Amino acid sequence: MTGFPILSLMLLVPLLGALACLFLEAKAARTVALLATLVDLVLGIALWMNFDVGGAQWQFTERLNIFSGFTYALGIDGIALLLIMLSVFLMPICIGASRSIEKRVGEYMAAFLLVEVFMLGVFMAQDMYLFYMFFEAGLIPMYLIIGIWGGADRIYASYKFFLYTLLGSVLMLVAMLWMVHTAGTSDIPTLMAYDFDPQVQTWLWLAFFASFAVKMPMWPVHTWLPAAHVQAPTGGSVILAGVLLKMGGYGFIRFSLPMFPEASVYFGPLVWGLSMAAVVITSLIALVQSDMKKLIAYSSVAHMAIVTIGLFAFNVQGLEGSMLVMLSHGLVAGALFLCVGVIYDRLHTREISRYGGLAINMPRYAVFFLLFTMASIGLPGTSGFVGEFLSLGGIYQVSTWTALICTTGIILGAAYMLYLYRRVVFGEQKNADAAAMPDLDARELAMVIPLALAALWMGVYPESFIAPMRADIAALDARLARAKPAGDSAPTPGKAKPAHEEAAAHGGSH
Amino acid sequence: MDWSHSLRLIAPEETLSIAGLILLLIAAWGGDKASRLISILAVTALVGAAFLVAPALCGGHMGPDYSAFFGQVHADAFSAFGKILIYLSAAATLVVAPAFFERLGAMRAEFPILVIFAAVGSGMMVSAGDLLALYIGLEMNSLAAYVLAAFVRTDGRSAEAGLKYFVLGALASGILLFGMSLTYGFTGTTSFAGINAALSGGLSNGALFGIVFMLAGLAFKISAVPFHMWTPDVYEGAPTPVTKFFATSGKVAAIGLTMRVMLDAFGDQSDAWRQIIVFVALASIVVGALGAIGQKNIKRLMAYSSINNVGFILVGLAAANPQGASAMLFYLVIYVAMTVAGFVTVLMLRDENGENVEEIGQYAGLSRTRPGLAAALAFVMFSLAGIPPMFGFWGKFLVFKAAVDANMMPLAAIGFAASVIGAFYYLKVVKVIYFDEPVDAIKWKSDVWHKAILGVTCLFISPLGYLLSGWLQGLTDTAATALFHTL
Repeated sequence: MTGFPILSLMLLVPLLGALACLFLEAKAARTVALLATLVDLVLGIALWMNFDVGGAQWQFTERLNIFSGFTYALGIDGIALLLIMLSVFLMPICIGASRSIEKRVGEYMAAFLLVEVFMLGVFMAQDMYLFYMFFEAGLIPMYLIIGIWGGADRIYASYKFFLYTLLGSVLMLVAMLWMVHTAGTSDIPTLMAYDFDPQVQTWLWLAFFASFAVKMPMWPVHTWLPAAHVQAPTGGSVILAGVLLKMGGYGFIRFSLPMFPEASVYFGPLVWGLSMAAVVITSLIALVQSDMKKLIAYSSVAHMAIVTIGLFAFNVQGLEGSMLVMLSHGLVAGALFLCVGVIYDRLHTREISRYGGLAINMPRYAVFFLLFTMASIGLPGTSGFVGEFLSLGGIYQVSTWTALICTTGIILGAAYMLYLYRRVVFGEQKNADAAAMPDLDARELAMVIPLALAALWMGVYPESFIAPMRADIAALDARLARAKPAGDSAPTPGKAKPAHEEAAAHGGSH
Repeated sequence: MDWSHSLRLIAPEETLSIAGLILLLIAAWGGDKASRLISILAVTALVGAAFLVAPALCGGHMGPDYSAFFGQVHADAFSAFGKILIYLSAAATLVVAPAFFERLGAMRAEFPILVIFAAVGSGMMVSAGDLLALYIGLEMNSLAAYVLAAFVRTDGRSAEAGLKYFVLGALASGILLFGMSLTYGFTGTTSFAGINAALSGGLSNGALFGIVFMLAGLAFKISAVPFHMWTPDVYEGAPTPVTKFFATSGKVAAIGLTMRVMLDAFGDQSDAWRQIIVFVALASIVVGALGAIGQKNIKRLMAYSSINNVGFILVGLAAANPQGASAMLFYLVIYVAMTVAGFVTVLMLRDENGENVEEIGQYAGLSRTRPGLAAALAFVMFSLAGIPPMFGFWGKFLVFKAAVDANMMPLAAIGFAASVIGAFYYLKVVKVIYFDEPVDAIKWKSDVWHKAILGVTCLFISPLGYLLSGWLQGLTDTAATALFHTL
């Protein structure tokens, strides 16, 4: 913890980049945006290197009293660190994926860099009002990205995205006002340890839920997501799936669970129910999609449901699992949208039936697409497996039925993803134009290879990602301990027996 | 309490009145040719008057020492706060008005003078300590305003606006006077301090009726639902600089006056009128937002937006405490900045002949033809919608914080939820200027003064405004404290 304000610097770099992009013409704006995001990536790596695992809970704290009513307070713990890393890692890829944008490039890049500022701000803020401002502010550039550079039905999608999320958030703000009024501080770490009256907690929890459930998105308030995803440009989809959805999960883990433990447990069954419904319903919807982006969007909703059951399992496995699912989904869903973008750039259609047999003319593409498909299904060895397994293991301890139903999501997930893969990549080449598409070029490889490596790294050695957050998850688990539900799985740990008795017992009742 | 002390306290009003009279003489001899000179002098007088009142605000003047003419007029920090806003926004009006009127050939020497007199009246409204001073200030402002609304004599819409404003304004004054006479009849005094003392024993039915009728009259002046019907027509018909004047100076004066009456005269009876304010606030928020959705004319849209904003400001009044009053003042500052920026943008949006383009559809694709103007308009719209990190969010935040701190959770929750409806029509404007294909209707290049005012106000409502929040919070707190210490 040097006195160097690295977090502010990480916010400042893209902000200045955004201002510069507004005044530059297309080529220069692309360069500036790429540079700004790469600098932020380097800063992010420096942040991770200097993060003291097992050290203080809040590190790199900054505090400036330059505003009335709220403080410019930044600081991160392990949970925030990982989500920040995800953001800075995905941003250069998004900029790279925006090659097909040809109109108003400067403004596009500026909007993207602003999104990055606000996303990072959400994960860094240590003042509740500052958090809210960053949380809401992201709507403005995202609205413009969908509305200006989106597909045919972009206007409807942009309105839906904006108003849906705004309505959820204003209710949260009322709850925040009340909490600050009662607790006398808007400092997030203090509020995380403040015990609100359990009666009131239910109302506060519902207000926060209104916001995070929409952001997440949970069934049945997920309907903005497919619309927004389908209409957004590729880069927008990647960042939407990769990071913006994580804000909902981050909100649960930062606010709902530690601040309202009793209410969280009280509403646990509600969340499980919605998650179960989401897993089954959205997976089935995904199965019948004919639009690739829509299919992946619905699969995102299903994956986010795995995140919520992990969070509301109230134990270490569940919490760690949901964090890993979020990170993994950020990488994998981002990569899948990228894969869709790659062929969309070539053929300008997202109709699955227009493609087929791409393995013949695009072998490298087929390999990477397969890798990400497998990671999305949760094949062991890829990032998807670790998180889903932990989440489901966590929820099994509390509610076996939820675990059972949600596990069907894995099977259904395999079904729709493999079905998609078969229709796009295998089979015969039905259309001449699809058969003539060139394979991945150097720029596209430069985007998918880091994603593939990260997904494998997380699948093979997840400890790198669990280590920074272990202490924070343990603290959260301790905070939830007083309200923890009993659970219906009745686990009975076996008795450890000395080695020499084992042979003697062999012929006995066992 | 001698006369010389009283006269010293009202120095800003004297300055402006004398300046107005001198300018009237210049106008009589110089004619319309002198209008530019008169405008410049009037702006100087208004800015000078703003400097004259500044010490009262910065010094935190309050209490009986700063009350002139036996409590008729208070020259305290609260009045100073309102007056600075009024004078500066009147000056801004005069800066942008000549360009508008000269194209119509309607620039007259009387225009700046009427604005000055309206500003004096507005200043009296926010400093009134007595029903009589209140009424004189109100009428002085209104009479000038009726003429201003009808100032473009060749335009039927302007004449219609003037007439509508006059008839309905006179009706509202009548209702207000009726309430005042009831109040006087049941308390035996016209001074706010006296009324407050007379009601301390309890509220009789007659006095309650007095409060209700006075509130009705005031609601007309601040264009709150259900007395808002005149607003869209007058805002649309009146010449744009005049509309801007109504929406800024006039609004500040009327809201300041409402705060004086409700928090000074009836301050201890807040339980009696709170539910009325809660209803009016929520109704204004909802009706303003719903009414704006179908509007095609930007000035009508701004009119409904002002109804909507008044609703938010009144949320602070419902709290009926210094925190709420401070939040209202903070909101007013931001609201004035947003409104000035909005109307200056509207004034700058002209076609190749210099005609003002008021139809929102004509702004399509503005972001590609005029990126600067489009960005300014988008700033105003996002700020009015109260989306952080725009500064407009902070005004809404403060009034709702005051409501929550006063244990009015349902009001805050419903009000906030209704603000989402408002966001829809602001977004619609952004959609037109950013998403739609350009129609390229806007050709005019505006002069540097328009750009300067627009630049300053846009910087203020941008996130940079938060840097001023500490300083402004200090000022509004001082002004609100002064309001509660006049007695």
